[in-house]
Amino acid sequence: MDIRYIYLIPFIPLAVFLLLGLNYKRIKPSVSGYIGVFGLLVSTVLSYYTAYQYFFVHGKVNGIYKPIIDRHIWMNFTDTLSIDMGLYIDAISVMMLIVVSTISLMVHIYSRGYMKGDDGYTKFFAFLSLFTFSMFGLVLSTNLFQIYIFWELVGVSSFLLIGYYYTKPSAIAAAKKAFIVTRFADFGFLIGILIMGYYAGTFDFEMLNNPEGSAILNWASTSFMGLSVITWGLLLIFVGGAGKSAMMPFHIWLPDAMEGPTPVSALIHAATMVVAGVYLVARLFPMFYFVEEGFALSIVAYVGGISSLFAAVIAITQTDIKRVLAFSTMSQLGYMMMALGVSGYDGHEGVGYMASMFHLFTHAMFKALLFLGAGSVIHAVHSNYLKDMGGLRKYLPVTNITFLIAALAIAGIPPFAGFWSKDEILVAAFENNQLLYYIGVFVAGLTAFYMFRIYFGIFWGKEKQYDHPPHESAASMTVPLMILGALSVGVGFIPFSEFVTPDGKGFEAHLNYPLAAIAVAVGIMGIALAWVFYKKENNLANTYAKRFGVFYKWVYHKFYFDEIYLFITKKILFNGVAASVALFDKKVVDGTMNQIGNKTVFTSEKIKGIQSGKLQDYALAFVGGVVVLVMIFIYFRAE
Amino acid sequence: MIAGISIYEILTLTTLLFFIGVYGFITRKNLISILISVELIMNASVVNFVIINKYLYPDALQGVLFSIFIIAVAAAETALAIAIIISLYRQIGSVEVDETETMKY
Amino acid sequence: MEKYIFYILAFSMIAFAIAAVNSRKMMRSVIYLLFVLVGIAGIFFLIDYNFLAAIQLTVYGGGVIVLMIFSVLLVHHIELELSLAKTSKRIVAAIVSAIGIGVFLQIIYTYDFPVVENYKTTSTADIGEKLLSYGDGGFVLPFEVISMLLLAAMIGAIVIAKGKKT
Repeated sequence: MDIRYIYLIPFIPLAVFLLLGLNYKRIKPSVSGYIGVFGLLVSTVLSYYTAYQYFFVHGKVNGIYKPIIDRHIWMNFTDTLSIDMGLYIDAISVMMLIVVSTISLMVHIYSRGYMKGDDGYTKFFAFLSLFTFSMFGLVLSTNLFQIYIFWELVGVSSFLLIGYYYTKPSAIAAAKKAFIVTRFADFGFLIGILIMGYYAGTFDFEMLNNPEGSAILNWASTSFMGLSVITWGLLLIFVGGAGKSAMMPFHIWLPDAMEGPTPVSALIHAATMVVAGVYLVARLFPMFYFVEEGFALSIVAYVGGISSLFAAVIAITQTDIKRVLAFSTMSQLGYMMMALGVSGYDGHEGVGYMASMFHLFTHAMFKALLFLGAGSVIHAVHSNYLKDMGGLRKYLPVTNITFLIAALAIAGIPPFAGFWSKDEILVAAFENNQLLYYIGVFVAGLTAFYMFRIYFGIFWGKEKQYDHPPHESAASMTVPLMILGALSVGVGFIPFSEFVTPDGKGFEAHLNYPLAAIAVAVGIMGIALAWVFYKKENNLANTYAKRFGVFYKWVYHKFYFDEIYLFITKKILFNGVAASVALFDKKVVDGTMNQIGNKTVFTSEKIKGIQSGKLQDYALAFVGGVVVLVMIFIYFRAE
Repeated sequence: MIAGISIYEILTLTTLLFFIGVYGFITRKNLISILISVELIMNASVVNFVIINKYLYPDALQGVLFSIFIIAVAAAETALAIAIIISLYRQIGSVEVDETETMKY
Repeated sequence: MEKYIFYILAFSMIAFAIAAVNSRKMMRSVIYLLFVLVGIAGIFFLIDYNFLAAIQLTVYGGGVIVLMIFSVLLVHHIELELSLAKTSKRIVAAIVSAIGIGVFLQIIYTYDFPVVENYKTTSTADIGEKLLSYGDGGFVLPFEVISMLLLAAMIGAIVIAKGKKT
């Protein structure tokens, strides 16, 4: 199968980026929107064609989905260790192509309406194209180094898009924060890559992931502090993934990233870039599973579970709807990580892996829908805050229905997409780790509660005073909402377990009716609670908030994570370490250099008189020198 | 050869002339005087060439020919130096070295 | 006889040379130099290099000295007293020169020159043949080069001294 046409998928957005980016003063906004949408449309069609080709025509060899790889060696170090550029087509990369192209196309179409009249309209589309290119490159990478390159590229485009409103100080701060935090985590990723290169001897996914390959079989050959070096490498790579996917200690950038335009939040910070960390772990899943009996994988599971719970709790208290959605994203990402962490490898054991990818897929659809719907609401009322909204269902009928669909999907109510994937996750957790299962069920209830809290808060309740009557957005914005709404219902019926499994062999997934019933019941309980609290304007919520008192305050301030980080960086690093280092630099290093400079100037002032410019003085020195040299050569020469 | 005069006496003479020239070159402040000193130095070395040719290698002529070339070059040099001095005099109205120090630090 | 002539020449040359570098009158300085140059021509006569002596007289005595006199007349009043360098500088220069003389003489007198006794007379024809010979040890190439140099110097002198067209 000739797969080289797949190169077009990333390169078309790149070409669009270059075209728009280099000519952004010359291309009219009306034209640039069409260019961006059209370029991505071609990529999307190619992505679907690729998926069709892979899943139904070429991918299956003897009943197993094998990766199809096209490599171009770039830098060669040893026989196995080389940095390549190429395509890696397997089930999850094809699935990611579908996710990225679909969501990106929807966001492009949506942005044509949402960004209308913005000064940087063309620039915005250029950045979106850059991001799409990077994300395609990321999912198609054949080796760790290639993925790292694109990893940083998505980081840069995320930075550019968060700071898109660059006149707003908070946006600049958020962009810097996102960049620095993820960069910090990527440092771990880089070290992990280097460890892999040194100890496993290859960067290539195919070689690393081969269960009979030397990288996996020889994991015990070197150990460091009680763990295999390969495990350390995997954990460091997971640190990089945790940074991008906003897992627990590195989550602080994601809420602030909501300063970017809402379509950006939908594309990057809900559906695609943030799942890169999940994708990375899934990409190296055989390594995580086989090396040291899955120690690294259990860490992944716990980090995912704790992040999921942590974020869901915070999401309840937030009043900025985009921030609620951001914490919800973090919570769902934790879910995916957790599912990966509890997964096995062979046959039906791999249900966690499958569920994680399935949830990634469905979550991308309904979370993008939630963000775009929130964007539509924000567009209508010009505020991010729940207190400025209420009773909007009359004014925004399309947004209302689609938002409701997405909320039901994320709450895990059948037959919406989220139900199917969440159910599989809970099944996987139940079979492997009961503690994580209970966390998962609790989080499912919380999710339903906070989601319907904002749903009721926005579309029901009392009408607020609006500057001008809110109106439904233009067709360019509602059409993507409707498409994504349809997808949020439909994608749950895809038999994912036939296609995406760790070992490539499909299996039959069945609903586990008791577990599904529990999950649905918990979801409905959450919705009912939200109904009671927020359907009508009442004081119940405030009363309960007061009853929780200190705990509520802690949660409202996101457990003071930002403050702790600030304390560590400002007080300890800046004042303690950096100040003394700066002092040393100023006094000792600079001082030495300054003194050398001063002394040189001083000395030259003193001796510049020797260079009198008078020929005769030079002649005197010359003759004297000749005489002295002659004396030396004649009287002191070594015989 | 000069009857009764050894090579040492003649070399002594040229050495003295040479260093008198050097002394003049260093101490005089006038460009023409400096030129005079240079001529002294040059002539001392010409005499050296000739004397060594005559006393040590009477059959060869290299010293003599060299002297001829030196004299020719010295003449050219003098002509140029005088041209420069006159040009300089037109420019700044003086031929004192103290006045020609614009290249000083 | 030649011995006495040499001594007379030598002493007068040294005296005139000192006078030439010490005189505070420009014109006198030039004339003292002329005497030194003529003395050198005398030495050339003494060692039987008549052609060289003739060149010395014509080029130096005739050409260079005349050029210098002209330039002195162009840029100076004849009676102008020249300023002298600082005493300290003169002393330093004198000391350096004296040390130089001492070192040089010491070297000269400790070296044993392999002197060949001879009273050969070199004719102008010999010099001319050698100068224009292109065989081994011939000087025709430097001869041609020096002629080019003289031409260049001539043109250069004219250009420099002429200055800008006004």
